[in-house]
Amino acid sequence: MVVELTINGNAYELEAPVGRTLAEVLRLDLGLTGTKIACGEGHCGACTVQLDGVPVLSCITLVHTVGDREVTTIEGLREHPLVEAFVEADATQCGFCTPGQIVTASALLAANASPSDDEIRHAMAGNLCRCGTYPKIERAIHTVAGDGGGS
Amino acid sequence: MARLIKTEKEVEGRYSEQWVVVEEDALEQWPEGPLRTVGRPATRVDGLARARGEARYTQDIQLPGMLHAAVLRSPHARARVKQIDLTTASELAGVRGAVGPGELDVLTDEPNYEGEAVAAVVADTADHARAALEEISIEWEVLEPLLDVDQALARESFLSDPKLYERGDIERGFAEADVVVEAEYRTQSVLHNALETHQTICEWEGETVNVYTSTQWLWGVRDEVAAAFDLPKDKVRVICRFMGGGFGAKGSAGDYTMIAAELARRTGRPVHCRLDRREENVNSGNRNPTIQKLRLGARSDGILTALSADYVCLLGWDGWLPPTAGPVQMLYACDNVRTVEYGVRLNSPPMDAFRAPGFVEGTFGLECALDELAAKLDLDPLELRRRNHADHDPLDERPFSGKQLMECYRRAEPHWERRHEVHARADGPWKHGVGIATQLWYGGGGPPSYAWVRLAGDGTATVLTAMQDIGTGTRTAMAQIAAEELGLPVERVTVELGDTAHGPYAVVSGGSSTTPSMGPAVRAAAGDVARQIREIAAQRFDVEERVLSLAEGKVINADGGSWLLEEITGLLEDGQILGKGARGPNPAGMRVMTYGIQVAEVAVDVETGEVVVERIYAVHDIGRVINPLGAESQIEGGIIQAIGHSLSEQRLLDPRSGKVLTRTLDAYKLPTIADVPEIVSELVDVPDAHLTNLGSKGLGEPPIVPTAAAIANAIRDATGADVRSLPITREEMLGALHEADERRRVPERVGAAPA
Repeated sequence: MVVELTINGNAYELEAPVGRTLAEVLRLDLGLTGTKIACGEGHCGACTVQLDGVPVLSCITLVHTVGDREVTTIEGLREHPLVEAFVEADATQCGFCTPGQIVTASALLAANASPSDDEIRHAMAGNLCRCGTYPKIERAIHTVAGDGGGS
Repeated sequence: MARLIKTEKEVEGRYSEQWVVVEEDALEQWPEGPLRTVGRPATRVDGLARARGEARYTQDIQLPGMLHAAVLRSPHARARVKQIDLTTASELAGVRGAVGPGELDVLTDEPNYEGEAVAAVVADTADHARAALEEISIEWEVLEPLLDVDQALARESFLSDPKLYERGDIERGFAEADVVVEAEYRTQSVLHNALETHQTICEWEGETVNVYTSTQWLWGVRDEVAAAFDLPKDKVRVICRFMGGGFGAKGSAGDYTMIAAELARRTGRPVHCRLDRREENVNSGNRNPTIQKLRLGARSDGILTALSADYVCLLGWDGWLPPTAGPVQMLYACDNVRTVEYGVRLNSPPMDAFRAPGFVEGTFGLECALDELAAKLDLDPLELRRRNHADHDPLDERPFSGKQLMECYRRAEPHWERRHEVHARADGPWKHGVGIATQLWYGGGGPPSYAWVRLAGDGTATVLTAMQDIGTGTRTAMAQIAAEELGLPVERVTVELGDTAHGPYAVVSGGSSTTPSMGPAVRAAAGDVARQIREIAAQRFDVEERVLSLAEGKVINADGGSWLLEEITGLLEDGQILGKGARGPNPAGMRVMTYGIQVAEVAVDVETGEVVVERIYAVHDIGRVINPLGAESQIEGGIIQAIGHSLSEQRLLDPRSGKVLTRTLDAYKLPTIADVPEIVSELVDVPDAHLTNLGSKGLGEPPIVPTAAAIANAIRDATGADVRSLPITREEMLGALHEADERRRVPERVGAAPA
């Protein structure tokens, strides 16, 4: 079954069987491996992408339900100031969750340019990091928000 | 001249003798304090690659023609395969092969725990492979599993002989005690849950097998695969450039690697075998539960006279006995000590190393009991720890090599003093308290470990060594060390690691050993290059070698003047200056350990049992700090994992079937960003004068060691309740509060041991 997608501003048309997830299409069919699979069942946030700016879990999103919504992955956010901020704050250890963290954080900042600590924690609580970079993630988001580091 | 000596090697408390070749002209340690690069905060050299999603993890590698394997794992904790037929599964569309019991060592027809590998299928896609598992015809005889610890003890079902340790006279020690405390502590099984699951891709090229794997130890995997497939060691090439976390569970090859290698051999195509999250949570190792019976005796002035501890470690079907008694044996000066450790074998999934195995569990019991003792003695817990400070290793009176624990205590004092204002925060059902706990762990690293450095004509340097960066930032630390020695900015140093074909032998990234093992080798290799540069410059410019030094990308003449490094290296055009370095031995006759203390502040709702960790202060002594920024991240990460262990994480096993109930990240509660308290940390940062050319120890594990005890002690401070079992769920908390209430009602029971 043919599916048409707009990903990071580029149009794609490809064959995908019913039941194929957006994550599988991104990673396996298009080689966009910045999107990670860590649990494959919507519990950890590593596979987060945006659909029209809203964070969704691509591992439990069927590709045929995407429709005409614009897909944004980490590959489309490589020049986002959060990337540099994550590196500067040391908000990446093993880095496996990091793309998903940045995708979620960029949606947060787009909706709320200056989030409080609580707003950051609420928005980011679905993105697990086993290495424990959370304090640095908070710092990185505050840096980009330009509010000097929260309360 | 190369000199052959015998030295002692330690990984996570397991010691062995090791022959090592040392260079005669070892480098002097750098002076204390921040240098040009070492000791100053550095952002990760691979940070952008990771943050931009460009870093290729094992999971991201797609080789041409790659097939996918799926593993049939035992659904039973103990069973026997009466009959198995792979024919139907093998003949399905898209299936390229299957392998069963008797065909590969890691496959069994008599599984002894849930999840043990029985058979595997390889197919064009992972979906095809998993679907084919359903078509394997199998008939089980389900057997009664051994799951009850009392039954196991009665049957003496042990993985190894019980380990007895004694010094002094324990009975006399208790006779001399004015106060005795006795209690039982329990710790749970916790699961590593690295976000990248265990996985391997194998590909044969003639007689060589390329193994792409998510591992903490390239060379260990190489040796295991070589042995299993009867290959010369260097016919196995192991590659892991980026790794999505391990925490101890990725130290060996694993069944998935052997399955991928065998099916790749049979099909002639690359094969990827990847555990999914549910397999990961059953079958990839766990921190073993413990039951600890502790008895402490002290004089009225707080001096410990006797320490007695029995540890029952529920190891599962396989694994090894971690050093759970280590803290009781080594943390405090006490003449009379007796410990017994039992490694119980059950029909549950095997344990594996998990960030400071043994010491995390052992420290919880000891440091909680010490606070119970302090309460009984009416003595300040920090003062009690000071009075029992071990000036020498209590095991054999060896001197410690660099020990700044008293300095850690001194720095913790103002944070401990906060308890008066913290208590005043009490509001309605919320009670507030402060607790401390001391940390002791290994982390000295050791040989053999090697590095090469090459300097190109354009004055850029490359470090080559087949070590791993499992996310701790070792790639960056190595770049800083080489840059320091060569007088270059970090940007001009590249570190190539993660490939056994592209660099010399390196240690396991475990036991907090990577930086203390590899750092000195990298420095020695860079020092070899620096020496050659000085020799070449001396000849080129007709000056004396001894007046030359390297800094800021230049060769500097002490008599005035300098030359850009490129002016010397450029002479060689495409020629390179090659240096090699080896890790020297650890200081003979000394004990190398890491130390620290943490101070926890908690709030407890005595009506609901909710516990909130509000603040953790941590100070650790790991000798010289290479990268203060990365070090701070290690401390925070260790503490956050420890908060999970303390409050929310627990592998649940069905007590009758032995099946793991917490298989998903929904059921198994990892800490989220919303669970993180204020964390304030510092490092003493005094080089260990006896240890290598760096004076640095490892930091991966120390921060996770004392946190749980500090939290439990803070809860006692807040509420008077003794929480002696992890995790401290609301049920556990309310139970402890109830017990404390009962004690207050029946004063004569104060201090009595639980039945």
